[in-house]
Amino acid sequence: MNQFFHSVTLDKDKCMGCTNCIKHCPTEAIRVRAGKAKIISERCIDCGECIRVCPHHAKKAKSDSLDMIRNFDYKIALPAPALYGQFNNLDDIDIVLTGLKGIGFDEVFEVSRSAELVSEATRKLMQQGKLKKPVISSACPAVVRLIRVRFPDLCSHVLQLNSPMETAARIAKREAAKKTGLPRGRIGAFFITPCPAKVTAIKMPISCKKSEVDGAVAISEIYPKLTAAMENAETVEPLSHSGIIGVGWASSGGESSALLNDKYLAADGIENVIRVLEGLEDEKIRELDFIELNACSGGCVGGVLCVENAYVAKARLQRLRRYLPVSQNHIDGKIPAGMQWQKNLLFAPVLKLSDDMNEALRMMADIDRIREELPGLDCGSCGAPTCRALAEDIVRGFAKKNQCIFILREEIKHVADALSSMGTFPAQTDEEEKK
Amino acid sequence: MSNTLSFDYIVPGDDFTRAGEASSDVKHKLKQIGYDSDAIRRVAIAMYEGEINMVIHAGGGKAHVEISPEKIEMTLADNGPGIKDVALAMREGYSTAPDNVRALGFGAGMGLPNMKKSTDAMEIDTAIGTGTTLHMTVYAKR
Repeated sequence: MNQFFHSVTLDKDKCMGCTNCIKHCPTEAIRVRAGKAKIISERCIDCGECIRVCPHHAKKAKSDSLDMIRNFDYKIALPAPALYGQFNNLDDIDIVLTGLKGIGFDEVFEVSRSAELVSEATRKLMQQGKLKKPVISSACPAVVRLIRVRFPDLCSHVLQLNSPMETAARIAKREAAKKTGLPRGRIGAFFITPCPAKVTAIKMPISCKKSEVDGAVAISEIYPKLTAAMENAETVEPLSHSGIIGVGWASSGGESSALLNDKYLAADGIENVIRVLEGLEDEKIRELDFIELNACSGGCVGGVLCVENAYVAKARLQRLRRYLPVSQNHIDGKIPAGMQWQKNLLFAPVLKLSDDMNEALRMMADIDRIREELPGLDCGSCGAPTCRALAEDIVRGFAKKNQCIFILREEIKHVADALSSMGTFPAQTDEEEKK
Repeated sequence: MSNTLSFDYIVPGDDFTRAGEASSDVKHKLKQIGYDSDAIRRVAIAMYEGEINMVIHAGGGKAHVEISPEKIEMTLADNGPGIKDVALAMREGYSTAPDNVRALGFGAGMGLPNMKKSTDAMEIDTAIGTGTTLHMTVYAKR
């Protein structure tokens, strides 16, 4: 398996070895081994669910620190629209954007602007009728990675347009190079991110060889500095240039409503997303043109690196959007090549038992046999999320059957019985003495 | 050496919300075994439609699935009313499903035609008042 970068990591000192994360991982990518959680690298999709549920805060998202922007001569902030929903009583997006300039950025380019371009490109592509329907949104990187490891047949339905973040970086850097005369390498573009999956999308992109984004700073990291800068701003610069459509991308349903076509579905929350993907795979869900999927409940506003409750943020965004134009960014003519994927989405069969199908069948038979012997409580005490997952781990050679505490208890009982029966031997010795 | 793995499922007739569980389980297993995605898709559709049929028309039934590296064989058997006119039932758009089921979006008369289309071979054994047994085969490589 090739190298996988992950933004979701574990702080071993804080991990108590409990079962919260293993039970919530959508790809069964976590096991507890020797009292500590261990992430199975090739299975992890960086959705951040484990970060959300860990009561000990042992799961962390690796994002870049704000200091990193100093490595560049000209620094551009690319705020996700979810950022705008984090502030109480905000009635003007420009205050946030001015604040970003106050904390060290030279330029701000809203990701909601390029979201409007992506929406327009999607509409164009769908009108041309060349896409395989239903088209599945590629905006949430955790969903794209989930499809890549679990849904081989749906890979070809994924919309091959770069995310708004990627397109924003491309445009912003080009404009900055023109404006400043600096070489591209001296200009840095930084995404202000609501989630760890976007960090992975930058470090290990699926759609292109190298991302144009130079770093990702968590909303939660810049939040205190930014609020201070917003309060201290003397004048508010007119920087915002996006509409209802672009800002709408921050919450679930925003991307699909921008298609101006009612044959769509928008699902959010990783469990719901999986149910929809299963339904699509079985062709139970039909007659739809577009499927918007967000791994986090509520959409990007529900990202684990946000500070505000997802639904509060969503309500604020509704108010902020109200008097904006529908859309302020448009594509002239054809869809630029830079907006499109350079690579196809290829299925990564990380859950496959063996490359040899006969061997895989044997392993499957063993898994079923062992699962029958396990208690079926899915308690997680063995370190695997379910009894079936433990059976699979045993067959793959990663675990032993007596990691199951119920099996272990049986084994101990056998040993105890054997020991106590030994205790009855002396009576026999007495008989022998009489002889 | 080639080996075969078999699985049996009971499709409950009294709980419509559980229809599709067997096909979902088979699908997961085929993915882990490393089957070709096109074959998995065809098996999933055929089994799902079969399960739905058994629930709608026959009060449930049994599913038996055999997996080998070359092919997947599915046998779906029920003790339902049987199919009166097989040729008619195979016609797209023909359905005897009751209205309450149609309200859920089922009963479009595409079940059997879809199963036929998705599989490489399909046989129907049916007798009025006794039940229906369906044999379906999907080959690993079409």
